[in-house]
Amino acid sequence: MLEFVVPALNVKAILPQAILALTALTVLLVDVFSSQGKKSSSLGYLVVIGVVAAMISTLMINGARESAYSGMVMVDGFSSFITLIVCVVTLLTVLSTINYQQFFEELNCGEYYCLLLFAAVGMSFMGSASNLLMLFLALETMSISIYVLAGFKWHDRKSIESALKYFLLGAFASGFLLFGFALIFGTTGTMDLVKISAFLTAHPEMIHSRMLMGGVALVTVGFGFKVAMFPFHMWTPDVYEGAPTSVTGFMATGVKAAAFAALVRVFFVALGHVQADWTGIMWLLAFLTMTIGNVVALSQTNIKRMLAYSSIAHAGYLLVGFVAGSKQGQAGILFYLMSYAFTNLGAFGVIALLGKKGGEYTELQDFAGLGFKYPLMGLAMGIFMFSMAGIPPMAGFMGKFYLFSSAMKAGFVWLAIFGVINSVISLYYYLRVVVVMYFQEAEQSISMPKPSPAVVVGLVLAAIGVMQMGIFPSYIWDMAQQSVQSMLM
Amino acid sequence: MNQLGFPILSLVMFFPVFGALILMMIDKESKDVLRGTAVAFTVIEFFISLPLVVYFNDATHQMQFVELIPWIKSFGINYHLGIDGISLWIVMLTTFLTPICVLCSWTYIQKHVKEYMVCLLILETAMLGALLALDLILFYVFWELMLIPMYMLIGVWGGVQRIYAAVKFFIFTAAGSVFMLLAILFLYYYNHKVTGIYTFNILELYNLDVPVSVQFWLCLAFFVSFAIKVPMFPLHTWLPDAHVQAPTAGSVILAGVLLKMGTYGFLRFAMPLFPYATHQFIPVFGTLAVIGIVYGALVAMVQPDMKKLVAYSSVSHLGYVMIGLFALNMQGIEGAIYQMLNHGISTGALFLIVGMLYERRHTRMIKDFGGVAKVMPVFATFFMIATLSSVAVPGTNGFVGEIMILVGAFRSFPVFAIIAASGAILGAVYMLWMYQRVMFCPLDNPENQKLKDLNVREIVTLLPLAVLVFVMGFFPGLFLRKMDASVSYFLNDFNTRYEHYVQQYEGNLGSKVAAVMSAEAAGGSVVE
Repeated sequence: MLEFVVPALNVKAILPQAILALTALTVLLVDVFSSQGKKSSSLGYLVVIGVVAAMISTLMINGARESAYSGMVMVDGFSSFITLIVCVVTLLTVLSTINYQQFFEELNCGEYYCLLLFAAVGMSFMGSASNLLMLFLALETMSISIYVLAGFKWHDRKSIESALKYFLLGAFASGFLLFGFALIFGTTGTMDLVKISAFLTAHPEMIHSRMLMGGVALVTVGFGFKVAMFPFHMWTPDVYEGAPTSVTGFMATGVKAAAFAALVRVFFVALGHVQADWTGIMWLLAFLTMTIGNVVALSQTNIKRMLAYSSIAHAGYLLVGFVAGSKQGQAGILFYLMSYAFTNLGAFGVIALLGKKGGEYTELQDFAGLGFKYPLMGLAMGIFMFSMAGIPPMAGFMGKFYLFSSAMKAGFVWLAIFGVINSVISLYYYLRVVVVMYFQEAEQSISMPKPSPAVVVGLVLAAIGVMQMGIFPSYIWDMAQQSVQSMLM
Repeated sequence: MNQLGFPILSLVMFFPVFGALILMMIDKESKDVLRGTAVAFTVIEFFISLPLVVYFNDATHQMQFVELIPWIKSFGINYHLGIDGISLWIVMLTTFLTPICVLCSWTYIQKHVKEYMVCLLILETAMLGALLALDLILFYVFWELMLIPMYMLIGVWGGVQRIYAAVKFFIFTAAGSVFMLLAILFLYYYNHKVTGIYTFNILELYNLDVPVSVQFWLCLAFFVSFAIKVPMFPLHTWLPDAHVQAPTAGSVILAGVLLKMGTYGFLRFAMPLFPYATHQFIPVFGTLAVIGIVYGALVAMVQPDMKKLVAYSSVSHLGYVMIGLFALNMQGIEGAIYQMLNHGISTGALFLIVGMLYERRHTRMIKDFGGVAKVMPVFATFFMIATLSSVAVPGTNGFVGEIMILVGAFRSFPVFAIIAASGAILGAVYMLWMYQRVMFCPLDNPENQKLKDLNVREIVTLLPLAVLVFVMGFFPGLFLRKMDASVSYFLNDFNTRYEHYVQQYEGNLGSKVAAVMSAEAAGGSVVE
């Protein structure tokens, strides 16, 4: 007689994700039954409430460590931190969208916010998945939502192109990833991250088996695509340019955070034994990723494309922490992801302020002279650009400081040297935004429509976050360190 | 805490930023209110910094008015401020020059006055922070922070080529400093390896024994970073661009304080941290400094543009400072610090003067002027004082600094000193020749006949500088006395540690040679 035991429902382990998913469903329902039409911003505020609740619940369970749902989900400091980043990303995206609606005629609020939230659920599960299958499901939840979001402006050919490219290549990447998981499963006979590690400890002869190596390589390809790592970065500029601006920031930060979380989990928890063989290749990829991202960004005239290449470069910096392989490097990755979320969403938020009915201003020259015309907007954009360039006292400097110092500590001096050389290269194109905004006179006067209070709050939050993490980094830094320390191994 | 029982350094450092915040709240159209407020804040700032001189104890080399608060605990980074005889006067120079900069921009800056003043005040805080910081990371943060307001000053209120100049300035300086950051990190981890303590406190890092092979590279990273800022030949190319394009106040701050950050960095960080490597670099950097002196002077001589001429004279004068520092004796180093102050005062005055002429005629070409002394007698007097100070005529401050540097340099390396002295003659040539062409030639241009003499505000701007020229020229003891203890301690400490390195390194070398000799004598082969 088979006894079927229902697993205990451990709500605490998935509370933030549950709140996000519930909010998504509520939004859908409200959207169907509301008489206000599709363009109300009240839905946006509803989402804000949901995301803030998820954030609070994350902070409340922070520090709890447990494995739930028969080892499918791991709750520890690391997953809490990733969830926190995802909540920050979602919150800022929603605040920016509430304003962006006025230029975004096809926006169907209910569907849009629902997809956004489901993507966020997927992202935060990527941080807490402790089983390869769970990880894959989380990744697909995130990816499919974002494929749709990228193509949300269906009257705009660029948006369609963006969605199609992202979908085709993303599907390929998911296939690679899944095949990699299969090979790892074939080698070790388990999908559970902790058990994989245990198996490899017990059978060291398997570490160099071709099957496992192939699996690791394919997994690297899959995640490399998601974080826009060289040579899997080709899709980034087109996708980022074509997607609605409010979505681009979400993609650039949230997906990166989730994919890096998964990368750290898989490589440090499950495949810690492979680390030594993999470092050399990762070193090379980190170097190439940041260099190619920065060098190509130099010649961009469209600000969204420029930020796309810059996000490739930032993936390269993050890989430096990955190469370092130490706890400090992982904490550096977390800190950097958080600072990058504030900075990049802030920058895309500023870009999304400028628009006209059914169109956007995304050429660099469109920003000429706006720094003095709209002083607060200019100041915010300046802060975000200097932060990305890694100039103190912004968050970007502290993030790079932690990443490069962890590389120095681990003995990768040359990688740190290439890292700072890259920072100098990137200065040129980040400064160019400041040049255009402040040093040039406005050619044709582009006026900014009156921004809604939500986006103002969002940008102020982002700017405060950037300055706070730059001047008083201790709070977030200690949190990141504790998160890494409490990672379930 | 410190001898005052009061965090005076933090007050001095953050008061300008407080002023900037107040300015941000003022309506941007009421320009005179903005200017007045900025002047008030910078003057009050100067008076706040005066107690530093009054209560400064010149009998000790120790850091004074020290403040130490943990900033980023997990990394051992502290908010650590202090002042000694080396930095005291440069801090005072900063607080002294900033009100003058605000005053000289009163009519020169007409657009975006609010943002301009905010930039100046933030820049002041950043400069003071870099001078006061005793923690390497804190120093680095302020060192980089200086770039942003200066970049804005050049880029927004500068001349026609301002964008090129601003970006060049930013990237040049940042490119040097990132390697310094890596060197700082390396030092930090190496220190932890040796002592088990994580610290960025330079007073502790001074005592670290850095292996000679590593020391060379770390020292190079620091040297290049500071040499770009100074700027030393051949890394000076950003300077003429930046100076010519910057607004007057930007030039004054740039020449007066920002360039001193480089020389101060040598004295505070690069040299004492790496005594052995510094000694190794002396031939190279001494040569570059001497080339800078002569080259700067020769290029200045042929400049048609007054501002460019003064900019190149900076390259020449800063070459002197570097020679003085590398002489590594009392006269040389004190002379170098004195010359840093002099250069801030006399070159600052020259930039103000060129700026005043430019405001009247909207040209800076020497050939457009002539006979100006007839219509602007007061102006001519001030111009003469600044020129003579720059040429180092006895009785002015420049003479004291230059003679000390040359005496010190002669004791250490006569050849360099002799070539440097020729630079002094060239200096007289280009400065006096410019003065002659601008002020004395026939007054043939009708434009120049209509020139108005200085108004009260401009006199108030220049007068403090002119007075200081003579005070520092006649009573150098007032200023030098405060430096003595710190400089002599610096030298003792430097030499002791250099000797220690020499013994360690050459002792090792000696023992290795001895081993090889004995092995060869024994007829055995040497296997390393």
